[in-house]
Amino acid sequence: MAVTQVFGARVRRREDPRLIRGTATYTDDLTLPGLCHAVFVRSPHAHARIRRIDTSRAKSAPGVVAVLTGADLEGKVNSIPCGWQVPNCDLKTPPHPPLARDKVRYVGDAVAVVVAESRAQAHDAAAAVEVDYEVLPAVVDMEAALRSATLVHDDVPQNRVLLWSVKGGDFEAAAREPGVRVVRQRLVNQRLIPNAMEPRAAVAHYNPGSGELTLWVTSQNPHIARVILSGVLGLPEHKLRVIAPEVGGGFGSKIPVYPEEAVVSHLAVRLGRPVKWVESRRENYLGTIHGRDHVTDAEMAVRPDGTVTGLRVRTLANFGAYLSTAAPAIPTILYGLVLSGPYRIPNIDCEVTGVFTNTTPTDAYRGAGRPEATYVLERMMDLAARELGLDPAEIRRRNLIPKDQFPYTVATGITYDSGDYARALDRALELFDYRRARADQEAARRQGRYLGIGLSTYVEICGAGPSKVVGSTGFSGGLWESAVVRFSPTGKVTVFTGTSPHGQGEETTFAQIVAQELGVPLDDVEVLHGDTDSILMGWGTYGSRTTPVGGTAVYLAAQKVKEKAARIAAHQLEVSADDLVFENGRFHVRGAPDRGMTIQEVSLQAYLAWNLPEGMEPGLEGQANWDPSNFVFPFGTHVCLVEVDPETGQVRILRYVAVDDCGRVINPLIVDGQVHGGIVQGVAQALWEFAQYDQAGNLLTGTMSDYAVPKAAWFPKFECDRTETPTPVNPLGVKGVGETGTIAATPCVVNAVMDALSPFGVRHVDMPLLPERVWRAIQQAKGGSAA
Amino acid sequence: MNVTVTVNGVRYSRDVEPRTLLVYFLREHLGLTGTHVGCDTSTCGACTVLLNGKAVKSCTVLAVQAEGAQITTVEGLAQGDRLHPIQQAFWDEHGLQCGFCTPGMMLAAVDLLQRNPNPTEEQIRHALEGNLCRCTGYQHIVNAVQAAARAMSAAVGAPSGGE
Repeated sequence: MAVTQVFGARVRRREDPRLIRGTATYTDDLTLPGLCHAVFVRSPHAHARIRRIDTSRAKSAPGVVAVLTGADLEGKVNSIPCGWQVPNCDLKTPPHPPLARDKVRYVGDAVAVVVAESRAQAHDAAAAVEVDYEVLPAVVDMEAALRSATLVHDDVPQNRVLLWSVKGGDFEAAAREPGVRVVRQRLVNQRLIPNAMEPRAAVAHYNPGSGELTLWVTSQNPHIARVILSGVLGLPEHKLRVIAPEVGGGFGSKIPVYPEEAVVSHLAVRLGRPVKWVESRRENYLGTIHGRDHVTDAEMAVRPDGTVTGLRVRTLANFGAYLSTAAPAIPTILYGLVLSGPYRIPNIDCEVTGVFTNTTPTDAYRGAGRPEATYVLERMMDLAARELGLDPAEIRRRNLIPKDQFPYTVATGITYDSGDYARALDRALELFDYRRARADQEAARRQGRYLGIGLSTYVEICGAGPSKVVGSTGFSGGLWESAVVRFSPTGKVTVFTGTSPHGQGEETTFAQIVAQELGVPLDDVEVLHGDTDSILMGWGTYGSRTTPVGGTAVYLAAQKVKEKAARIAAHQLEVSADDLVFENGRFHVRGAPDRGMTIQEVSLQAYLAWNLPEGMEPGLEGQANWDPSNFVFPFGTHVCLVEVDPETGQVRILRYVAVDDCGRVINPLIVDGQVHGGIVQGVAQALWEFAQYDQAGNLLTGTMSDYAVPKAAWFPKFECDRTETPTPVNPLGVKGVGETGTIAATPCVVNAVMDALSPFGVRHVDMPLLPERVWRAIQQAKGGSAA
Repeated sequence: MNVTVTVNGVRYSRDVEPRTLLVYFLREHLGLTGTHVGCDTSTCGACTVLLNGKAVKSCTVLAVQAEGAQITTVEGLAQGDRLHPIQQAFWDEHGLQCGFCTPGMMLAAVDLLQRNPNPTEEQIRHALEGNLCRCTGYQHIVNAVQAAARAMSAAVGAPSGGE
């Protein structure tokens, strides 16, 4: 049957039937004969010396199988390593014991684990573990931590994790240029909690006969987990199988390898029984990584005509109590290198100081460094525009990199692949009816209504990436991807990918790539992922890399299959392969469309092997590894309209327009979904979400009812459109789209609120823009002092 | 204690600890793992089921409180191969990504559509306030509920409402 165009079609997702029927298998849904349950005992103190742990009462509690402390793991479960050792920044990598030994360093640090026959019995017994703590002073605030005599790790002076810098051009010289103004602002990018809807979980099973350990775990990257856990557990890699079954969202929080996963794996070996651990939401807030948490002093040098000539930032980045797997990369290379955004800024000077504090470790949260950079840049663009009396859209337009300048190397040294930034800006302004909106805003102000219009133009770096480049930045792995496209004798296709989607929909988009390339019906293609035993290698799903890197590997594997199939078809049709035409899944002889065979018929022949070209191996599959030559750089413009109630400080979003360019689009329905979800997370940072600690290091926003995960009623319908500028980096022309919304939305909304407050003379309010903060800023401004 | 309930039309009788929450009863005693646990504060709604026809968070109900009740979980929505209109709509409109909140979200939507067959967008957004989704940004969920409302109205021959 003829295959219509499936690349670019709004195809319904293949993964959905099992999810909407409730028959998908998430980690907590697994059960095994003899399964027992682990519960961790966690520190209630942010910083304390462990004097003694008494497990005797817990050990004799009903149903208890084992109670272990850090001492019991000595020599058996090693320190959890950091996987991204960024060079040239004096990075400190103190050990991260799987269970705290002498000291606990944050509220939630695990000190013991209890295993029992049932989940409830394990919880009961965990409450009976007695820990005698000597409470120490805690450091929570970053600036205080740098000056404090209290050290999170005794061998890390000043609590300084790293001091990293990137410099291009000469900011000082730019700032000294006559007529140039330097706009300054301190910007706080608050700490966030990722809140994947599925908490983390792990099930480990050890087979003493084969010596094989199988770990089902909520991971975005099971192969990385296997490499790291192999070292942590001292198990040879081929005896360790890691499976990411259905995973309920990650947003970066399921990239790291965590202590619990190592401990549960060890328990399965030690006890000879399968062990399950499922995180409670409370534990998720304490023990799963947080994101963001920067304080930045920014200076922007700008000429009177609005040309931005320089940007200098001094950023403090909170790492929490331990170095998480990818943490060092987030506020350094994923932040500093993208500070030029979509603009020509010849002089950039960025210095980042990483700080240990007695708080939950931080790592990648959706966008990971790029939202922080974009927030700084886009806030500063607005402040510069205001200083010069320029329209925010105009100052952006004057600084955008023109479309004929690609590939374009920015001052921080990275080279952007392709772009037409002005086109996305124009399209967004057109959709928004910007001029009219400005007129409406003026009219509303005369009626005492405070409307605000905010913009952000952004570019992001994703699709990591060239392995040798990420290797040079200290990543302890490669970031290429593998794929296998395998026909079965009956002509069905199984695709194996090393990426590990957990909601993004690549079981559908990768099937679209294969169906398009091989001309087989979409329903004849199955995409498998997430099992280290069935897939050669993979580096996982994060950083908007799955489609540009993993999808390209799939595409290339499909080409190899097609080439082999063509040789078989040519042989059986007794023509040269050059004389064959491949159309809609069928090879036929050029000029003789009746003489042909479908690729699915070829597949049967490949497996029968009765009549193959001389020397050809039977079977029909293609395998490809793709290591891109560069990253990819999606971009776009978001515009929103807000209204602020000056009596209450309440902010309401009235309109939100997003124009994103992620290169060629495989499935518009899925791209829309990614954009919507990203916008909501970005808006939520601007307006509601924050993780708050008290001075003793207690997480005050420590439950889901205290932390503002946004709800449906808080948003209008988003108006989304796209421009399509293919990337030359991969043959599909695709960029990533998983993080664009999050990156663009936060400054867009803050800029809109500041625009609404401009009649009061309010210049800046730090996020989240809660009613109280907005109201106070208005009152302060009315009282004569700037906010 | 003994609990006897009817779940998705099947009668079950089990001995449970008095403290057993309905959600764990469904998941661990009956093996119906389509109902999920996403929080410990009755905030997220991933565990939403229909108890005697009304949406409840099954993490907030003790199994013993459900004695004698009729319960519908996500596994009971479809009739064999025929999806429930809400399932069909979530699929058609891309109302889910990771799928973890989806069972609860769909059951909350079913509850809404029973009470209000033609809800406005605003009514849908408010009705889903007890159900959190971190992936979709809700827009496609709202579209799905509207599509289900149209499909269900058409099926009963009522005048089509919605947008």
